[in-house]
Amino acid sequence: MPLDAAAPRAPYVHHGSNAGQPLTRRDGELKVTGRATYAADHRPEGLLYAVIAASRIARGRVTSLDVAAAKAHPGVVEVLTPANRPPLGRDPDQKSGPFGFRIEVLQDDTVRYAGQPIALVVATSLEAATEGAALLDPQYEALPPRTTLESGKRFPAPAVGVSGQARTEHGDVEAGLAAAAQVVRTEVETPAQYHNAMEPHAIVAQWDGDRLTLDMPNQAIVMSRAGYAAYFGIAPENVLIRSPFLGGGFGSKAILNGPQVLAILAARMLNRPVKLALTRAQMFGPVGHRGRTWQRLHLGLDGEGRLTALRHHAISATSSFDTFLEPAANASLHVYRSPAISAETEGVRLDTGTPSPMRAPGEAPGSAALEIAMDAAADAVGMDPLEFRLLNYAETEPGSGRPFSSKALRECYAEGAKLFGWAARPLRPRQMRDAAGLRVGWGMGTALFPCPHFAAEARATLRADGTALVETAGADMGQGAWTALAQIAAEALGLDPAQVEFRSGDSSLPDAGIAGGSGHAASAGLALHNAGQDAIARLAEIAMRDPRSPLFGADNIGVVARAGRLHRRDDETRSESYADILARAGQAAVVGAGRMQRDEEAVKERAMYSHGAVFAEVKVDPDLGQVRCTRLVGAFAAGRIVNPRLVRSQ
Amino acid sequence: MKPFDYVRPRDLAEALALGSEPGTAYLAGGTNLLDLMKIGVARPDRIVDIGRLPGLAGLDWREDGGVRIGALVKNADLAYDARFQRTFPSVAEALLSGASAQLRNAATVGGNLLQRPRCPYFQDLASACNRRAPESGCDALGGETRRHAVLGWSEACIAVNPSDFCVPMAALDAVVEVQGPGGAREIALEDLHRLPGQTPERETALEPSELIVAVRLPGQAAAVARHSRYLKVRERTSYAFAVVSAAAGLELGDGAIRSARLALGGVAAKPWRAREAEAVLAGGEPSEARFADAARAALAEARPSGENAYKIELARRLIVRVLQQALAGAPETLPALPGSPLAPAFGNRHAA
Repeated sequence: MPLDAAAPRAPYVHHGSNAGQPLTRRDGELKVTGRATYAADHRPEGLLYAVIAASRIARGRVTSLDVAAAKAHPGVVEVLTPANRPPLGRDPDQKSGPFGFRIEVLQDDTVRYAGQPIALVVATSLEAATEGAALLDPQYEALPPRTTLESGKRFPAPAVGVSGQARTEHGDVEAGLAAAAQVVRTEVETPAQYHNAMEPHAIVAQWDGDRLTLDMPNQAIVMSRAGYAAYFGIAPENVLIRSPFLGGGFGSKAILNGPQVLAILAARMLNRPVKLALTRAQMFGPVGHRGRTWQRLHLGLDGEGRLTALRHHAISATSSFDTFLEPAANASLHVYRSPAISAETEGVRLDTGTPSPMRAPGEAPGSAALEIAMDAAADAVGMDPLEFRLLNYAETEPGSGRPFSSKALRECYAEGAKLFGWAARPLRPRQMRDAAGLRVGWGMGTALFPCPHFAAEARATLRADGTALVETAGADMGQGAWTALAQIAAEALGLDPAQVEFRSGDSSLPDAGIAGGSGHAASAGLALHNAGQDAIARLAEIAMRDPRSPLFGADNIGVVARAGRLHRRDDETRSESYADILARAGQAAVVGAGRMQRDEEAVKERAMYSHGAVFAEVKVDPDLGQVRCTRLVGAFAAGRIVNPRLVRSQ
Repeated sequence: MKPFDYVRPRDLAEALALGSEPGTAYLAGGTNLLDLMKIGVARPDRIVDIGRLPGLAGLDWREDGGVRIGALVKNADLAYDARFQRTFPSVAEALLSGASAQLRNAATVGGNLLQRPRCPYFQDLASACNRRAPESGCDALGGETRRHAVLGWSEACIAVNPSDFCVPMAALDAVVEVQGPGGAREIALEDLHRLPGQTPERETALEPSELIVAVRLPGQAAAVARHSRYLKVRERTSYAFAVVSAAAGLELGDGAIRSARLALGGVAAKPWRAREAEAVLAGGEPSEARFADAARAALAEARPSGENAYKIELARRLIVRVLQQALAGAPETLPALPGSPLAPAFGNRHAA
């Protein structure tokens, strides 16, 4: 892997190794030459193509489908409808845990949202299957869809997000608002957003007896086997998922969905491999989205502009038949100091597909509303937005009072403001115009995101030739896991990344957990780090016990792994290469294993977040109403940067 | 998609013969037809691929300073032709404000003239659409109508013509050359597209199997070259259709406007030539007040077809802006964001 010679080397590289280096992507050449195989690139022998027929009404019942016309079309092999759909091993109307949603797999003729699968056409070509689906000519008994806050049914939220609390109150918000010199009220409505990734959902399903192989983009490769297995009454170990490359995930590819199960079902029914790739239009409905929100904030302020209370209430939309509520209100819990803070969410049922976790669920719409409210409050007290935020800076975690493991938000504010030129901002709005007469506005906001860690495992094998093989079932949605995880492993192994073969994206490998919540590098990375260190420790054990090794007897002093050699810690001239150690011991390899296990005691003591500050310039054409963002400066304290090039590309 | 025959004729005569059979569609760049076939809105039995017919892909400059543009000239090739850009800058700007680089490389001039509406109800087979299925009704009426027509619409159809290219071409008196089984004929571009009336399914003045072979710009149109612009208001700065667009050209002399050309896009089922506004401008001194008068005249007959009354005021303001910019003069090189009112906010220039 070539290093970029022009890029400066980070000063904090240890062991002369790799983390912190701006390596180019290990998979970059494969991708730009079209040799990176995505799920839909697979064409096993005997492949059949499945196409979904999707409902064009949002609520009601399918009264007829012209199955005969579809079946008469040349190339069409089978049409699955509620009338002939084979049974499944699990009831799709049952919820199956926090990441499992009720799915539509032709269990009845009910239409619950526009875009719901109402039939599956399988044919010998994509074109034939597509035309077969078009010939079904569905007839409906339509009911008026409930798509607005007013028409939807409101309900108290049992939980928000994935097992989040629907109601939290620290301190006495009522009292804080009553004692405030003024209360600033803000209402923000956010639209539905769809994680319509560059690569739409696709699956190629192949059965071999009761063993199932799935080529599909997947953000939780090992974990999700159990979901597919349950629908087909087989053991999770019988499912092999291959997902080396994902063309974007944004959370949607961590969740099992109905179209996938239908494709697997068709493959079993017809005893042939089946491919199903959703069209871009079919991505709006059965595969999740970020639900709409209606948010209200009350900010109580004392005479100096300090928060006396912060109340954030959100109504989050979900489907008529399952519940995932965008945890927008909870975004206000950990950002600013306030003696009293409350976050509360209600649900409303609409005739849409069920929402699901999407790219910072809660934080994205919730912090937007909070930052708008903070700007309104700064304006109400006549303060600069940044000065107002600094006045309300949280030195400890609001609510709990826990110290932060690290918080460099002040530095982010300062650095971002300097780069942006924030100090020149007039206090009052509508003061700036550019040379072309466009109005200019400057604004800023705070970013905060938690630091989740998930259980993960990895394996590292030092080989006779001094190179290494590291393995974990990670997922690269485009963020650069192929490169960053290999760098972490190489560092632990004291090897150059070019000497490290990295296998990933396959469920037969050790479980790397879920690639989501911005926790993959920390989770899979720590497992790889520990596996590398375990392999080095086992290798050191061999050397230190071997009287012929220069490292013999170094047990109490220890060794350092660097550049493919173990060195005695107190005398680095005494060293031996990995290959020599293994050769003399007559071993072909030494294998290390590692796990990511979070220290729960440490987590209880410290609040862990990454922080950032974003500054934006927006220009507005006052006559034509055209609005464009012309500058954006972000400063982030995101912990240890494994690869600055990958971080910049995000 | 529906199976279809694909035929590639050797010459124009063969193409016209093939095209006379019912159920046939001509294919050139395919940037519109193929998309419509994929979503089932177009379902031809036979495709006649005219993309390689000889003699239809050239620019032919005339003695009067005008140009004859072959129907198969690609949008990008026309927009980047140095003499064309100099002579008809508002047309080049309109072409480069449309679609994406990839689409402009494939799309042809003739096909651009015949773009189908982008009305979502026209494209959604579950919606009633008189244009797609005559006398089935119009679900756009009373629906999501922010982008629909404010001029020349009827209860039968409120869709707009999406072309950028057609807008300055209509302003510049372009003429369409047509070949058909009955021989050759010419149609003023302004008369090519029909207003919907009670027969929105009849979109153009072309007869079945007639083929556009060229479009001409007369030499007289070059008189406004130094003072012509195209501006396009859209919801993002590139790869978006116009909410409203305007092409303007001014011929100046002795401190007065000798003649003016003005057309609007995104407001009607055809590129909308604003002759009343041109009359207000011609002969007078250029001034903000006169531009505003012209804008009022251009929209005098406008009425909303739904939640789109804002487009009327927006069109008025855009006319004033495009006339101001035309008065200031066509830029030496095209802006980096062709057609964008926000181009000055970004400053840099297009590498033509």
